[in-house]
Amino acid sequence: MAHGPALLTAAVGGDRRALARLLTGIENEDPHVRELLPQIFAASRGAHLVGITGPPGAGKSTLVTALTREYRKRGRRVGIVAVDPSSPYTGGAIMGDRIRMMEHAADRNIFMRSMASRGELGGIAAATWLVAAALDAAGYDPVLVETVGAGQAELEVARLAETTVVVEVPEMGDEIQAIKAGLLEVADVVTVNKADRPGAERSAGQLRAMLAGAGGRFAAPPPILLTIATTGEGVAPLVDAIEADRTRARSPDQARVRARNQLLRAVIERSRRRAEGRVEWDSTVNEIAEHRIDPITAADRLLDT
Amino acid sequence: MTAGAGEERAAPIRVLIAKPGLDGHDRGAKVLARGLRDEGFEVIYTGLRQTPEMIADAAEQEDVDVVGLSILSGAHMTLLPRIVEMIRSRKMDDVLIAAGGIIPDADIAPLKEAGIAEIFGPGTRIGDIARYFREHARTRT
Repeated sequence: MAHGPALLTAAVGGDRRALARLLTGIENEDPHVRELLPQIFAASRGAHLVGITGPPGAGKSTLVTALTREYRKRGRRVGIVAVDPSSPYTGGAIMGDRIRMMEHAADRNIFMRSMASRGELGGIAAATWLVAAALDAAGYDPVLVETVGAGQAELEVARLAETTVVVEVPEMGDEIQAIKAGLLEVADVVTVNKADRPGAERSAGQLRAMLAGAGGRFAAPPPILLTIATTGEGVAPLVDAIEADRTRARSPDQARVRARNQLLRAVIERSRRRAEGRVEWDSTVNEIAEHRIDPITAADRLLDT
Repeated sequence: MTAGAGEERAAPIRVLIAKPGLDGHDRGAKVLARGLRDEGFEVIYTGLRQTPEMIADAAEQEDVDVVGLSILSGAHMTLLPRIVEMIRSRKMDDVLIAAGGIIPDADIAPLKEAGIAEIFGPGTRIGDIARYFREHARTRT
Protein backbone atom coordinates (compact mmCIF):
# COMPACT_ATOMS: atom_id res chain seq x y z
CA MET A 1 0.00 0.00 0.00
CA ALA A 2 1.26 3.41 -0.98
CA HIS A 3 2.19 6.01 1.59
CA GLY A 4 2.35 9.77 1.55
CA PRO A 5 1.49 11.66 -1.62
CA ALA A 6 1.08 8.41 -3.62
CA LEU A 7 -1.66 7.33 -1.20
CA LEU A 8 -3.49 10.61 -1.73
CA THR A 9 -3.11 10.37 -5.49
CA ALA A 10 -4.52 6.85 -5.47
CA ALA A 11 -7.37 7.84 -3.15
CA VAL A 12 -8.32 10.85 -5.25
CA GLY A 13 -7.97 8.76 -8.41
CA GLY A 14 -10.70 6.33 -7.38
CA ASP A 15 -8.82 3.61 -5.46
CA ARG A 16 -11.29 2.83 -2.69
CA ARG A 17 -8.80 0.87 -0.63
CA ALA A 18 -6.39 3.83 -0.68
CA LEU A 19 -9.20 6.20 0.27
CA ALA A 20 -10.15 3.97 3.19
CA ARG A 21 -6.52 3.93 4.34
CA LEU A 22 -6.30 7.69 4.02
CA LEU A 23 -9.39 8.13 6.18
CA THR A 24 -7.88 5.83 8.81
CA GLY A 25 -4.70 7.88 8.76
CA ILE A 26 -6.68 11.08 9.27
CA GLU A 27 -8.64 9.55 12.10
CA ASN A 28 -5.57 8.11 13.82
CA GLU A 29 -3.54 11.30 13.29
CA ASP A 30 -0.90 9.38 11.43
CA PRO A 31 2.04 11.81 11.03
CA HIS A 32 2.48 10.86 7.35
CA VAL A 33 -1.13 11.73 6.68
CA ARG A 34 -0.83 14.90 8.76
CA GLU A 35 1.70 16.12 6.21
CA LEU A 36 -0.87 15.58 3.46
CA LEU A 37 -3.54 17.80 5.01
CA PRO A 38 -2.62 20.89 2.95
CA GLN A 39 -2.87 18.80 -0.21
CA ILE A 40 -6.16 17.21 0.85
CA PHE A 41 -7.53 20.66 1.54
CA ALA A 42 -6.26 21.94 -1.80
CA ALA A 43 -7.74 18.96 -3.65
CA SER A 44 -11.29 19.90 -2.58
CA ARG A 45 -13.77 19.71 -5.42
CA GLY A 46 -16.31 21.80 -3.60
CA ALA A 47 -18.65 19.09 -2.35
CA HIS A 48 -21.72 20.17 -0.45
CA LEU A 49 -21.07 19.24 3.18
CA VAL A 50 -24.36 18.38 4.84
CA GLY A 51 -24.74 17.62 8.54
CA ILE A 52 -27.67 15.46 9.64
CA THR A 53 -28.46 15.75 13.31
CA GLY A 54 -31.29 15.22 15.76
CA PRO A 55 -32.25 13.31 18.87
CA PRO A 56 -31.62 9.56 19.12
CA GLY A 57 -34.32 7.52 17.43
CA ALA A 58 -35.50 10.36 15.19
CA GLY A 59 -34.58 8.27 12.17
CA LYS A 60 -31.31 9.89 11.12
CA SER A 61 -29.75 6.71 9.71
CA THR A 62 -32.88 5.76 7.81
CA LEU A 63 -33.14 9.30 6.49
CA VAL A 64 -29.51 9.26 5.36
CA THR A 65 -30.27 6.04 3.47
CA ALA A 66 -33.31 7.67 1.84
CA LEU A 67 -31.37 10.86 1.03
CA THR A 68 -28.64 8.73 -0.53
CA ARG A 69 -31.23 6.99 -2.72
CA GLU A 70 -32.56 10.37 -3.90
CA TYR A 71 -29.10 11.82 -4.58
CA ARG A 72 -28.17 8.67 -6.50
CA LYS A 73 -31.33 9.11 -8.61
CA ARG A 74 -29.99 12.54 -9.44
CA GLY A 75 -26.71 11.03 -10.57
CA ARG A 76 -24.63 12.20 -7.63
CA ARG A 77 -21.85 10.24 -5.93
CA VAL A 78 -22.52 10.22 -2.23
CA GLY A 79 -20.02 10.20 0.63
CA ILE A 80 -21.32 9.33 4.09
CA VAL A 81 -19.65 9.74 7.47
CA ALA A 82 -21.69 8.23 10.30
CA VAL A 83 -20.50 9.14 13.79
CA ASP A 84 -21.40 7.00 16.80
CA PRO A 85 -20.35 7.59 20.40
CA SER A 86 -17.26 6.05 21.97
CA SER A 87 -17.52 4.68 25.48
CA PRO A 88 -15.83 7.16 27.83
CA TYR A 89 -14.78 4.22 29.98
CA THR A 90 -13.27 1.73 27.54
CA GLY A 91 -12.83 3.82 24.40
CA GLY A 92 -14.77 1.14 22.54
CA ALA A 93 -17.75 1.80 20.28
CA ILE A 94 -20.47 0.02 18.37
CA MET A 95 -21.31 1.52 15.02
CA GLY A 96 -24.49 0.21 13.49
CA ASP A 97 -25.27 2.65 10.72
CA ARG A 98 -24.42 0.23 7.97
CA ILE A 99 -27.40 -1.94 8.95
CA ARG A 100 -29.78 0.53 7.35
CA MET A 101 -27.55 1.11 4.35
CA MET A 102 -27.93 -2.46 3.06
CA GLU A 103 -29.75 -1.47 -0.13
CA HIS A 104 -26.74 0.63 -1.16
CA ALA A 105 -24.14 -2.00 -0.31
CA ALA A 106 -23.11 -2.85 -3.84
CA ASP A 107 -23.13 0.71 -5.20
CA ARG A 108 -19.59 1.82 -6.06
CA ASN A 109 -20.73 5.44 -6.26
CA ILE A 110 -21.28 5.52 -2.53
CA PHE A 111 -18.55 5.55 0.07
CA MET A 112 -19.62 5.16 3.66
CA ARG A 113 -17.40 5.40 6.68
CA SER A 114 -18.34 4.79 10.32
CA MET A 115 -16.48 6.86 12.89
CA ALA A 116 -16.41 6.58 16.64
CA SER A 117 -16.51 9.94 18.40
CA ARG A 118 -13.33 9.12 20.39
CA GLY A 119 -13.89 11.46 23.29
CA GLU A 120 -15.82 14.67 23.76
CA LEU A 121 -13.16 17.19 22.97
CA GLY A 122 -10.81 14.89 21.15
CA GLY A 123 -11.32 15.55 17.54
CA ILE A 124 -14.86 14.46 16.84
CA ALA A 125 -15.50 17.58 14.83
CA ALA A 126 -11.96 18.12 13.59
CA ALA A 127 -11.36 14.57 12.35
CA THR A 128 -14.92 14.22 11.04
CA TRP A 129 -14.52 17.34 9.01
CA LEU A 130 -11.15 16.25 7.63
CA VAL A 131 -12.56 12.85 6.70
CA ALA A 132 -15.36 14.67 4.88
CA ALA A 133 -12.76 16.84 3.10
CA ALA A 134 -10.97 13.70 1.89
CA LEU A 135 -14.25 12.27 0.55
CA ASP A 136 -14.80 15.60 -1.21
CA ALA A 137 -11.33 15.38 -2.77
CA ALA A 138 -12.16 11.84 -3.92
CA GLY A 139 -15.15 13.17 -5.85
CA TYR A 140 -18.08 12.47 -3.55
CA ASP A 141 -20.68 15.24 -3.54
CA PRO A 142 -22.62 15.63 -1.33
CA VAL A 143 -20.85 14.41 1.77
CA LEU A 144 -23.47 13.59 4.40
CA VAL A 145 -22.28 13.66 8.00
CA GLU A 146 -24.61 11.91 10.40
CA THR A 147 -23.91 12.92 13.98
CA VAL A 148 -24.27 11.11 17.28
CA GLY A 149 -27.68 11.24 18.87
CA ALA A 150 -27.71 14.10 21.30
CA GLY A 151 -25.77 16.52 23.45
CA GLN A 152 -23.25 19.21 22.65
CA ALA A 153 -21.12 17.28 20.21
CA GLU A 154 -23.56 17.35 17.36
CA LEU A 155 -23.80 21.11 17.60
CA GLU A 156 -20.07 21.17 17.00
CA VAL A 157 -20.41 19.12 13.84
CA ALA A 158 -23.33 21.27 12.76
CA ARG A 159 -21.17 24.37 13.00
CA LEU A 160 -18.71 22.82 10.57
CA ALA A 161 -21.24 21.64 8.02
CA GLU A 162 -22.40 23.96 5.26
CA THR A 163 -26.01 22.89 5.55
CA THR A 164 -27.36 21.40 8.75
CA VAL A 165 -30.50 19.31 8.62
CA VAL A 166 -32.21 18.86 11.99
CA VAL A 167 -34.40 15.76 12.16
CA GLU A 168 -37.32 15.99 14.55
CA VAL A 169 -40.20 13.61 15.20
CA PRO A 170 -43.85 14.41 15.87
CA GLU A 171 -44.88 15.34 19.40
CA MET A 172 -41.33 15.65 20.64
CA GLY A 173 -42.39 18.31 23.06
CA ASP A 174 -44.41 21.45 23.48
CA GLU A 175 -43.71 24.81 21.89
CA ILE A 176 -41.23 25.68 24.59
CA GLN A 177 -38.89 22.98 23.28
CA ALA A 178 -38.71 24.84 20.00
CA ILE A 179 -37.64 28.13 21.53
CA LYS A 180 -35.09 26.69 23.90
CA ALA A 181 -31.53 27.24 22.81
CA GLY A 182 -29.92 24.34 21.09
CA LEU A 183 -30.50 22.08 18.18
CA LEU A 184 -33.08 24.11 16.29
CA GLU A 185 -30.87 27.18 16.38
CA VAL A 186 -28.32 25.47 14.16
CA ALA A 187 -30.89 24.21 11.66
CA ASP A 188 -30.72 25.33 8.05
CA VAL A 189 -33.42 22.84 7.16
CA VAL A 190 -35.78 21.09 9.57
CA THR A 191 -37.63 17.90 8.80
CA VAL A 192 -40.32 16.33 10.94
CA ASN A 193 -39.62 12.68 10.23
CA LYS A 194 -41.96 9.73 10.87
CA ALA A 195 -44.64 12.01 9.47
CA ASP A 196 -47.09 9.11 9.23
CA ARG A 197 -47.44 9.34 12.99
CA PRO A 198 -50.26 11.36 14.48
CA GLY A 199 -49.51 14.97 15.18
CA ALA A 200 -46.88 15.42 12.47
CA GLU A 201 -48.66 18.31 10.75
CA ARG A 202 -49.35 19.95 14.06
CA SER A 203 -45.71 19.58 15.14
CA ALA A 204 -44.52 21.09 11.87
CA GLY A 205 -47.00 23.94 12.28
CA GLN A 206 -45.84 24.63 15.82
CA LEU A 207 -42.22 24.63 14.73
CA ARG A 208 -43.05 27.02 11.88
CA ALA A 209 -44.88 29.36 14.22
CA MET A 210 -42.11 29.32 16.80
CA LEU A 211 -39.26 29.75 14.33
CA ALA A 212 -40.97 32.45 12.23
CA GLY A 213 -39.41 35.78 12.98
CA ALA A 214 -37.28 34.22 15.68
CA GLY A 215 -34.28 36.18 14.47
CA GLY A 216 -31.12 34.54 15.68
CA ARG A 217 -28.70 33.27 13.12
CA PHE A 218 -30.52 34.07 9.90
CA ALA A 219 -32.95 36.59 8.54
CA ALA A 220 -35.26 33.88 7.23
CA PRO A 221 -36.45 30.93 9.30
CA PRO A 222 -35.40 27.48 8.05
CA PRO A 223 -37.84 25.56 5.87
CA ILE A 224 -39.75 22.89 7.80
CA LEU A 225 -40.62 19.74 5.89
CA LEU A 226 -42.33 16.43 6.56
CA THR A 227 -40.67 13.12 5.70
CA ILE A 228 -41.28 9.41 6.11
CA ALA A 229 -37.76 8.07 5.71
CA THR A 230 -38.87 4.42 5.68
CA THR A 231 -41.01 4.92 2.56
CA GLY A 232 -39.07 7.78 1.02
CA GLU A 233 -42.05 10.10 1.14
CA GLY A 234 -41.06 13.76 1.24
CA VAL A 235 -37.40 12.97 0.65
CA ALA A 236 -37.19 14.53 -2.83
CA PRO A 237 -38.48 17.90 -1.50
CA LEU A 238 -35.99 17.58 1.37
CA VAL A 239 -33.12 17.16 -1.09
CA ASP A 240 -34.48 20.18 -2.99
CA ALA A 241 -34.41 22.21 0.21
CA ILE A 242 -30.87 21.08 1.04
CA GLU A 243 -29.76 21.94 -2.49
CA ALA A 244 -31.43 25.33 -2.26
CA ASP A 245 -29.51 26.06 0.92
CA ARG A 246 -26.21 25.50 -0.82
CA THR A 247 -26.26 29.00 -2.30
CA ARG A 248 -26.77 30.60 1.11
CA ALA A 249 -24.06 28.43 2.61
CA ARG A 250 -21.62 29.49 -0.11
CA SER A 251 -22.05 33.22 0.42
CA PRO A 252 -18.78 34.89 1.50
CA ASP A 253 -20.27 35.73 4.90
CA GLN A 254 -21.29 32.15 5.59
CA ALA A 255 -18.01 30.80 4.31
CA ARG A 256 -16.25 33.07 6.81
CA VAL A 257 -18.49 31.93 9.67
CA ARG A 258 -17.64 28.33 8.87
CA ALA A 259 -13.95 29.06 8.43
CA ARG A 260 -13.94 30.79 11.80
CA ASN A 261 -15.54 27.73 13.41
CA GLN A 262 -12.99 25.45 11.77
CA LEU A 263 -10.14 27.63 12.97
CA LEU A 264 -11.57 27.88 16.46
CA ARG A 265 -11.93 24.12 16.68
CA ALA A 266 -8.38 23.60 15.44
CA VAL A 267 -6.95 26.20 17.84
CA ILE A 268 -8.69 24.59 20.81
CA GLU A 269 -7.48 21.16 19.78
CA ARG A 270 -3.93 22.28 19.06
CA SER A 271 -3.62 24.22 22.34
CA ARG A 272 -4.93 21.25 24.24
CA ARG A 273 -2.33 19.03 22.61
CA ARG A 274 0.42 21.53 23.28
CA ALA A 275 -0.55 21.88 26.93
CA GLU A 276 -0.89 18.14 27.40
CA GLY A 277 2.48 17.59 25.82
CA ARG A 278 4.26 19.79 28.37
CA VAL A 279 6.39 18.04 30.99
CA GLU A 280 4.72 20.25 33.62
CA TRP A 281 1.27 18.81 32.78
CA ASP A 282 1.15 16.18 35.54
CA SER A 283 2.58 18.45 38.24
CA THR A 284 0.12 21.17 37.20
CA VAL A 285 -2.77 18.71 37.54
CA ASN A 286 -1.55 17.90 41.04
CA GLU A 287 -1.27 21.57 41.95
CA ILE A 288 -4.88 22.13 40.94
CA ALA A 289 -6.03 19.01 42.79
CA GLU A 290 -4.29 20.31 45.92
CA HIS A 291 -5.83 23.78 45.44
CA ARG A 292 -2.46 25.43 45.08
CA ILE A 293 -3.38 27.06 41.78
CA ASP A 294 -6.62 27.79 39.92
CA PRO A 295 -7.21 26.10 36.55
CA ILE A 296 -7.33 29.31 34.51
CA THR A 297 -3.98 30.61 35.78
CA ALA A 298 -2.54 27.14 35.31
CA ALA A 299 -3.78 27.02 31.72
CA ASP A 300 -2.24 30.44 30.97
CA ARG A 301 1.02 29.25 32.44
CA LEU A 302 1.05 26.12 30.29
CA LEU A 303 0.19 27.96 27.08
CA ASP A 304 2.11 31.21 27.52
CA THR A 305 5.56 29.76 27.36
CA MET B 1 -10.89 4.51 32.16
CA THR B 2 -10.33 7.25 29.65
CA ALA B 3 -7.06 7.65 27.88
CA GLY B 4 -5.10 9.98 30.09
CA ALA B 5 -3.95 13.44 29.21
CA GLY B 6 -0.93 13.56 27.00
CA GLU B 7 -0.57 9.82 27.07
CA GLU B 8 0.27 8.23 23.74
CA ARG B 9 -2.54 5.86 23.05
CA ALA B 10 -2.71 3.37 20.27
CA ALA B 11 -5.65 3.74 17.92
CA PRO B 12 -8.48 1.33 18.77
CA ILE B 13 -8.65 -1.88 16.75
CA ARG B 14 -11.52 -1.73 14.25
CA VAL B 15 -13.58 -4.88 13.90
CA LEU B 16 -16.35 -5.65 11.43
CA ILE B 17 -18.93 -8.09 12.81
CA ALA B 18 -21.05 -9.54 10.04
CA LYS B 19 -23.66 -12.26 9.66
CA PRO B 20 -23.31 -13.89 6.25
CA GLY B 21 -26.10 -15.99 4.83
CA LEU B 22 -29.69 -16.44 5.68
CA ASP B 23 -30.02 -17.43 9.31
CA GLY B 24 -31.77 -14.82 11.39
CA HIS B 25 -30.07 -15.40 14.71
CA ASP B 26 -27.91 -12.48 15.63
CA ARG B 27 -28.02 -12.46 19.40
CA GLY B 28 -24.58 -14.03 19.58
CA ALA B 29 -23.18 -11.47 17.15
CA LYS B 30 -24.71 -8.62 19.15
CA VAL B 31 -23.42 -9.97 22.45
CA LEU B 32 -19.97 -10.24 20.89
CA ALA B 33 -20.19 -6.69 19.48
CA ARG B 34 -21.12 -5.37 22.89
CA GLY B 35 -18.41 -7.41 24.60
CA LEU B 36 -15.75 -6.17 22.21
CA ARG B 37 -16.91 -2.60 22.74
CA ASP B 38 -16.36 -3.14 26.45
CA GLU B 39 -12.89 -4.41 25.63
CA GLY B 40 -12.14 -1.11 23.87
CA PHE B 41 -12.64 -2.18 20.25
CA GLU B 42 -14.43 -0.07 17.66
CA VAL B 43 -17.02 -2.45 16.31
CA ILE B 44 -18.89 -1.97 13.06
CA TYR B 45 -21.97 -4.15 13.10
CA THR B 46 -23.52 -4.75 9.70
CA GLY B 47 -26.59 -6.75 10.62
CA LEU B 48 -28.17 -9.84 9.14
CA ARG B 49 -28.16 -11.49 5.74
CA GLN B 50 -24.96 -10.12 4.31
CA THR B 51 -23.63 -11.40 1.03
CA PRO B 52 -19.89 -12.06 0.72
CA GLU B 53 -19.63 -9.00 -1.52
CA MET B 54 -21.38 -6.75 0.99
CA ILE B 55 -19.02 -7.92 3.71
CA ALA B 56 -15.94 -7.35 1.57
CA ASP B 57 -17.19 -3.90 0.52
CA ALA B 58 -17.85 -2.92 4.11
CA ALA B 59 -14.44 -4.21 5.25
CA GLU B 60 -12.82 -2.17 2.50
CA GLN B 61 -14.61 1.11 3.17
CA GLU B 62 -14.26 0.82 6.91
CA ASP B 63 -10.60 -0.24 6.67
CA VAL B 64 -11.07 -2.68 9.52
CA ASP B 65 -8.27 -4.67 11.12
CA VAL B 66 -10.46 -7.70 11.84
CA VAL B 67 -13.49 -9.27 10.18
CA GLY B 68 -15.53 -11.47 12.53
CA LEU B 69 -18.11 -13.69 10.86
CA SER B 70 -20.95 -15.23 12.81
CA ILE B 71 -22.67 -18.12 11.09
CA LEU B 72 -25.22 -20.59 12.36
CA SER B 73 -26.91 -21.65 9.15
CA GLY B 74 -24.65 -24.55 8.20
CA ALA B 75 -23.57 -22.83 4.98
CA HIS B 76 -20.13 -22.01 6.35
CA MET B 77 -18.22 -24.28 3.97
CA THR B 78 -19.63 -22.35 1.02
CA LEU B 79 -19.79 -18.82 2.40
CA LEU B 80 -16.67 -18.44 4.52
CA PRO B 81 -14.08 -19.35 1.84
CA ARG B 82 -15.95 -17.11 -0.59
CA ILE B 83 -15.73 -14.17 1.83
CA VAL B 84 -12.01 -14.74 2.36
CA GLU B 85 -11.53 -14.80 -1.38
CA MET B 86 -13.48 -11.57 -1.92
CA ILE B 87 -11.61 -9.77 0.85
CA ARG B 88 -8.22 -10.92 -0.44
CA SER B 89 -9.17 -10.01 -4.01
CA ARG B 90 -9.58 -6.44 -2.78
CA LYS B 91 -5.93 -6.50 -1.73
CA MET B 92 -6.76 -6.61 1.95
CA ASP B 93 -4.04 -9.12 2.69
CA ASP B 94 -3.40 -8.14 6.26
CA VAL B 95 -6.98 -8.20 7.55
CA LEU B 96 -7.56 -10.90 10.15
CA ILE B 97 -10.62 -13.02 9.35
CA ALA B 98 -12.15 -15.10 12.13
CA ALA B 99 -15.44 -16.97 12.47
CA GLY B 100 -17.77 -18.09 15.20
CA GLY B 101 -21.01 -20.02 15.49
CA ILE B 102 -22.02 -23.59 14.98
CA ILE B 103 -19.19 -25.18 13.04
CA PRO B 104 -18.47 -28.93 13.30
CA ASP B 105 -14.95 -29.90 14.32
CA ALA B 106 -14.40 -31.72 11.03
CA ASP B 107 -14.84 -28.43 9.13
CA ILE B 108 -12.31 -26.46 11.14
CA ALA B 109 -9.17 -27.64 9.37
CA PRO B 110 -10.48 -27.02 5.84
CA LEU B 111 -11.75 -23.57 6.88
CA LYS B 112 -8.36 -22.65 8.30
CA GLU B 113 -6.84 -23.93 5.09
CA ALA B 114 -9.18 -21.56 3.26
CA GLY B 115 -7.90 -18.59 5.24
CA ILE B 116 -10.12 -18.34 8.32
CA ALA B 117 -7.55 -17.57 11.01
CA GLU B 118 -9.48 -18.91 13.98
CA ILE B 119 -12.87 -20.39 14.77
CA PHE B 120 -14.64 -19.69 18.03
CA GLY B 121 -17.33 -22.17 19.00
CA PRO B 122 -20.23 -21.78 21.42
CA GLY B 123 -19.16 -20.95 24.94
CA THR B 124 -16.00 -19.09 23.97
CA ARG B 125 -15.32 -16.25 26.40
CA ILE B 126 -15.34 -12.80 24.88
CA GLY B 127 -12.16 -11.98 26.75
CA ASP B 128 -10.41 -14.80 24.89
CA ILE B 129 -11.66 -13.52 21.55
CA ALA B 130 -10.53 -10.00 22.44
CA ARG B 131 -7.09 -11.29 23.42
CA TYR B 132 -6.82 -13.25 20.18
CA PHE B 133 -7.74 -10.17 18.13
CA ARG B 134 -5.25 -8.00 20.01
CA GLU B 135 -2.47 -10.52 19.48
CA HIS B 136 -3.18 -11.23 15.84
CA ALA B 137 -4.60 -8.07 14.32
CA ARG B 138 -2.16 -6.19 12.09
CA THR B 139 -0.17 -3.40 13.55
CA ARG B 140 -0.58 -0.22 11.61
CA THR B 141 2.48 1.43 10.23
